[in-house]
Amino acid sequence: MSQAAAIAHPPHDVPEHPTATGIDSRKVAIWALIGSECLFFASLISTYLVYKGKSLIGPLPHAESQCVLHGKLQTCEGVFEIPLVTAGTAVLLFSSFFVVLALYGAQKGNRKMLIGWLTGTVLSGMFFVGMQVYEFTHFYHKGMGYGTNLFSSTFFTLTGFHGSHVTVGVIWLATLLVLAIRGKLPPGKSLNLELAALYWHFVDVVWIVIFPTVYLLR
Amino acid sequence: MAASVLDHAPAAHAPAKTGVWSWITTVDHKRIGILYGATAFVFFLLGGLEALIMRVQLMKPDNTLVSAETFNSLFTMHGTTMIFLGVMPLSAMFFNYFIPLQIGARDVAFPRLNAFSYWVFLLGGLFINASFLINAAPNAGWFGYANLTENTYSPGLNTDFWVLGLQILGIASMAAAINFFVTIVNLRAPGMKMLRMPMFVWMSFITQTLLLLAFPVITVALVFLMMDRHFGTHFFIPAGGGDPVLWQHLFWIFGHPEVYILILPSFGIVSEVLPVFSRKPLFGYTAMVFSGAFIAFLGFGVWSHHMFSTGMGPFADSFFALSTMLIAVPTGVKIFNWLGTLWGGSLQLRTPLYFAIGMVAQFIVGGLSGVMHAVPPADLQQTDTYFVVAHFHYVLFGGAIFGLTAGAYYWFPKMSGRMLNETLGKLHFWMMFLGFNITFFPMHFLGLNGMPRRVYTYPAGLNSEFWNRVETYGALLLGASFLVFLWNLWATLRKPANAPADPWRGATLEWLIPSPPQEFNFGEVPPVNSSTPAWDLRRARGGPLPEPGHVSGAGIHLPRPSYWPAVTAIGVLGVIGSILLTHAVPHSYAITLTGTAILFYGVYRWAFEPAF
Repeated sequence: MSQAAAIAHPPHDVPEHPTATGIDSRKVAIWALIGSECLFFASLISTYLVYKGKSLIGPLPHAESQCVLHGKLQTCEGVFEIPLVTAGTAVLLFSSFFVVLALYGAQKGNRKMLIGWLTGTVLSGMFFVGMQVYEFTHFYHKGMGYGTNLFSSTFFTLTGFHGSHVTVGVIWLATLLVLAIRGKLPPGKSLNLELAALYWHFVDVVWIVIFPTVYLLR
Repeated sequence: MAASVLDHAPAAHAPAKTGVWSWITTVDHKRIGILYGATAFVFFLLGGLEALIMRVQLMKPDNTLVSAETFNSLFTMHGTTMIFLGVMPLSAMFFNYFIPLQIGARDVAFPRLNAFSYWVFLLGGLFINASFLINAAPNAGWFGYANLTENTYSPGLNTDFWVLGLQILGIASMAAAINFFVTIVNLRAPGMKMLRMPMFVWMSFITQTLLLLAFPVITVALVFLMMDRHFGTHFFIPAGGGDPVLWQHLFWIFGHPEVYILILPSFGIVSEVLPVFSRKPLFGYTAMVFSGAFIAFLGFGVWSHHMFSTGMGPFADSFFALSTMLIAVPTGVKIFNWLGTLWGGSLQLRTPLYFAIGMVAQFIVGGLSGVMHAVPPADLQQTDTYFVVAHFHYVLFGGAIFGLTAGAYYWFPKMSGRMLNETLGKLHFWMMFLGFNITFFPMHFLGLNGMPRRVYTYPAGLNSEFWNRVETYGALLLGASFLVFLWNLWATLRKPANAPADPWRGATLEWLIPSPPQEFNFGEVPPVNSSTPAWDLRRARGGPLPEPGHVSGAGIHLPRPSYWPAVTAIGVLGVIGSILLTHAVPHSYAITLTGTAILFYGVYRWAFEPAF
């Protein structure tokens, strides 16, 4: 019964089962999820590339084209606003840096550092989502609906799914921020933030692939 | 099930042990396994009934039992049901019940996520089958080729039920795959290194990896199709520049690994049954592990052999022909290792061994016709004929279902505490074996003679009357064999518990604890020093082990029951299912938003609820 007893009387209020690898199960689960998500985004990115240049009508990402705007066919410019997206990209990348510092604060029990940098992370995520909402609306007003052409469908699906991942991350991190402010994220529970941070880094890494593939590749 | 647990000191939180509510809130992997098994078996019988109706329709030429439209729904729902609602969840029953037991764990890594997987699976299965109620069952084939599945050619809700139902089921599979992956990686008992895991756990592990990597791809394909049907895109519509062949690629990048998702658990079960009933360790354990992994790896590089008739050109044809033939090598390694296990063994001719040997023999037949399909010119003759139908039924029925049935007979005593009747079991085997081969072997002849699949009838005078009639008789015998099985289950469950902890002289950990196991599985996790820990203990003792008694389990923390997984599952159904109504009901987005709200609320309550 010695083993059962050891499991029965854990040191903390939440029983901690020793794992075979020594890594917390939730962390392995996030890695498994990330592995799976790689295939998800790979399929979306591949589709974008396969259909690149196959649109039958404008607007197009970079080049001028014929498109329907305000009910009549006319010449449209390329829709991409590279500077805006570059700003969003930079902010998203910095948020990965912020969340590392927030996690460091959580692990060291430095409340100020945790709350400050986590707030920064959440705000950066919100900025990115806001940028995307603005961009999508802008495209729509330029005559680029969801089903307008293959470019618009593949673009909105790919970046939309990425954006929804960012949104989930923002909600997750914001929840943790509320917990941190209430003092419910002590160093012993910093793993909760580490899991969200792992996910957040992954969402960033995906954007590092999407940004050059979609916005810079002509 | 619960009676044996009731006699003892309650665990920390004393969850309800009986009644419907205890099943809705259960997070016990054994109970969830039973839920999976019972639900999947009902769907399996439904899929079998669909097959029987098709067979009766095809019994004679120019038959009018069902219309062409009904026949389309029948073959679509038969395939979809058997794959996603039959074989996969029947495997999930064994994953649930036996992965934790075989690795010496108290439960899976995430018990509530496990309950969530089950509820999503149940709701997804009910969702797809609800289409029958409004006479709109999916009818475009189980691989749903675009652009047949687009609005132009598939108006109505039929294909929507299929597209959305599969997305719901995909969520269940993904959640379960992550759960079992982590369980196997992290919850192994001390001493159980990866290369000491039972072969069933190994094959399950490889299956979870395949699920993790293959399901995202079909999710993307289904999302594209859903967008095409409901939100005005042209992913697979040539008129808008889209390419229907993209669907085929995405589908089969999922679809071929899916074949191994269906068969590998059965390989694992057979690799458990053969050694135990040969009284010999599995021959070539390491080779079995690596051949399984190699099959899975190659499984991602062969998808286009489903598409030879699409016309991909000689380079792609050659590549996929060679990679497909290569898979025969690791599969052959497995077959020879099974034969090596039987060879010179002291064979115990019990029902599980019958089914396991039946599986090996029939899988060889299916594997051989599979290699024939790997040759593109031959495939062009065989594709879309009954030859293909014969092939995949030999691997998926003759292989997967026979293996799962072997597992059912092997593990039923552990799950229920009762021994199934051997005479009825052998009757079941012979009826199923004969019925199966009489049904499907002649399909090779009909297929090579040119009889197309998925056609609701055929004219007289094409020399196909005789074998079609024979096949239908075989199918009826096959169906009847399951009545014998049902009778055996029913009669056995009515009898008092009689199974010892280890009725078969098993090699793995589950046989060291009472049948059925107590709620916490192991009072004390036994030492693991090899891949056959129960045999090690037996050898050390020099004879049979004493019957393990029930232990008190006082102080063992068990996960708290929870209904939030079920609530969250309803949210998932609301979000995805409501898209069905986009065109049919005004403001259907209100249902989507309600579903989203339920989903979020469920997730939050779940996240903040104490797990123990």
